[in-house]
Amino acid sequence: MDSTFSWILLFDASLRLATPLMFAALAGFVSERAGVMDIGLEGKMLLGAFAAATIASVTGSAWQGVLAAIVITGCFSLLHAFACITHKGDHVVSGLAINLLAVAITALLAQRIFVQGGMTPILSDEQRLPTIEFPNIITHDDSLLSQIYWYLLSGHNILVYLAFIAVFLTIYLMKYSTWGIVVLAAGDNPTALKRAGFSVSKIRYMAVVVGGCICGLAGAFLSIGHGAGFVENMTVGKGFIALAALIFGRWHPIGVMLSCLFFGFLEALAIRLQESRFSDVDSVIPIQLLEITPYVLTLCVLAGVIGKSAAPATLGKPMR
Amino acid sequence: MPNKSLPWLNSIVLTLANIGLALLASVIVLSLTGVDIGAAISQIYHGAFGTQEGRGYTLYYATNFIFSGLGVALAWHAGLFNIGGEGQATLGGLGVAIICIQLDGLSLWLLIPASMLFCALFGAIWAFIPAWLNAYRSSNIVITTIMLNLIASSFLVYLLAGALKAPGQMAAVSESLSAGSALPSMQSIMAVFGYNIVNTPLNISFLWALVCGAGLYYYLWHTKLGYETRVVGHSEESAHYAGIKSKRIVIITMMISGALIGFIGLNEVQGNSLQLNVDFVAGFGFAGIAVALMGRNNPLGIVIASILFGALYQGGSELAFNEESIGNNIIFLIQGLVVLFCGALQWMLRPTINYWLRPMDVIKKDKLPVR
Repeated sequence: MDSTFSWILLFDASLRLATPLMFAALAGFVSERAGVMDIGLEGKMLLGAFAAATIASVTGSAWQGVLAAIVITGCFSLLHAFACITHKGDHVVSGLAINLLAVAITALLAQRIFVQGGMTPILSDEQRLPTIEFPNIITHDDSLLSQIYWYLLSGHNILVYLAFIAVFLTIYLMKYSTWGIVVLAAGDNPTALKRAGFSVSKIRYMAVVVGGCICGLAGAFLSIGHGAGFVENMTVGKGFIALAALIFGRWHPIGVMLSCLFFGFLEALAIRLQESRFSDVDSVIPIQLLEITPYVLTLCVLAGVIGKSAAPATLGKPMR
Repeated sequence: MPNKSLPWLNSIVLTLANIGLALLASVIVLSLTGVDIGAAISQIYHGAFGTQEGRGYTLYYATNFIFSGLGVALAWHAGLFNIGGEGQATLGGLGVAIICIQLDGLSLWLLIPASMLFCALFGAIWAFIPAWLNAYRSSNIVITTIMLNLIASSFLVYLLAGALKAPGQMAAVSESLSAGSALPSMQSIMAVFGYNIVNTPLNISFLWALVCGAGLYYYLWHTKLGYETRVVGHSEESAHYAGIKSKRIVIITMMISGALIGFIGLNEVQGNSLQLNVDFVAGFGFAGIAVALMGRNNPLGIVIASILFGALYQGGSELAFNEESIGNNIIFLIQGLVVLFCGALQWMLRPTINYWLRPMDVIKKDKLPVR
């Protein structure tokens, strides 16, 4: 295997690993731009993964699984909105509650429904989301273009492509639709929004629930897109990496997308190092160093070492 | 956050009502997931309090909850949300393990103060980072502490896979501390007073946790620094006008908070396992938030809430042996619901309670109830 090809495979894995991060970070983006802090991404992702795998396994339909994931994460973000907006509760406390509840509820229900030690049965290919093969416009050969086309771009799960579409759709909506502008205003200057005759609470409610639904896709990708079933606590901190990507990407969709891709690349690299143990590289970079890079970079951004962090002005503060 | 406008009775009733709601919700969710509630409650109660051994384990777990609850509460009084307990406890345990391995063979009278000092120091250093970032770079302390939790856990894995790994062991564990460096167990302490109890992991750090609780009470309400801490928590602006250096307070508070949470490492590593493994913190750092919320950030309340959580933990683990994979998740569920109802939704019932507990004269004059 020549080295270009192995790089292509590495980027290919990065795309796969970045997808759940992109959905989750985008979910956080929508909610946080409206001013509601969301550290419950991790938990919602887990709930989404569980719901998707369970429904897909029971009904045999992956798309019903996706729907279930969206519904359940939507419900939990409604709870988040109820606590943060209606009752002016602390956003962090509420998010934390969702994370704790998610771990417990998914494990208890999985055990109750399937009695397999907190796992769903392994899903068959029909119960998982389809992959998309690109049309045969480039011949299979050893040229770089063909390798990129067939191995890097084509043949991913449908949600991988959807994640990129979602990013650009978000940019479009944020720039050109009233809805998007209103959401940005809800986070940056709610008073002005109120004066303009909008209901800040209503807008924040909508943004939080929409964010929750997007987060469901992240979970669905983990359990019925990339993976084949639900395993207890399968998100292992991806929600927090998405949070890091949101901050590292300075609350801007393009920045968020790029940092998700970068963090996905780091993860792919870590996995590669673990698997093949390149003797020359392994001695230099410990895997844990790759693992903590997203977090350290986020700390640097928050500390203002790399530019200024650009959080929405009223993030985490209830509307008076 | 402490509430200024409620009369004390309303405040107590509100707290109890929130706890009641959380427990009620737990019961409902658990019965929906198919747990036999009656049997589970009696099993948890028996497992936690029914035997001397059970009681020992309950208090042993409660020790961890007290440390983390106190740490979270102290930070909260300064208006800071320290959710970095996992990381601070990890570092605390690391400090204990390192010092105990280095000073192996030293008299216990010297080793215990040394390990306590290092435990506190390591936890405090890990809390210093977000504190400094918060005070001088105005970084959001919630995010920085989350990031530092994740960094700490990777750091521990790194050390246990390399520098601290026990030679000849497959698993990622440190070498064992010698039995002579263990903290005195409660059995040996009670034996001095002529009582004979069964041996459990319960050790002297439980007493130290109670001392810390009393110390925290004294610190917050009877010292100048504690007063300044509470002022900063209520209003940084007022603190500024009163000439209080709030940056200094933020750093001092977070470091003490980190040191308190770090003591989980003392209880776990030197008190029980005598070994460092990858997941010795096991969520105790996070649990401090639920404990502090339930105990209304008051040391006495925290001790009571900790014993409740300790009982759930111990009783739940008994349950885990009988009905597989339920125990730990019951704890997470109840924790989550306590955080939800006593934290995020803590004001939900306030209008209702204020209405029912309105003063007599309001009722007599038929005034509109204050909502």
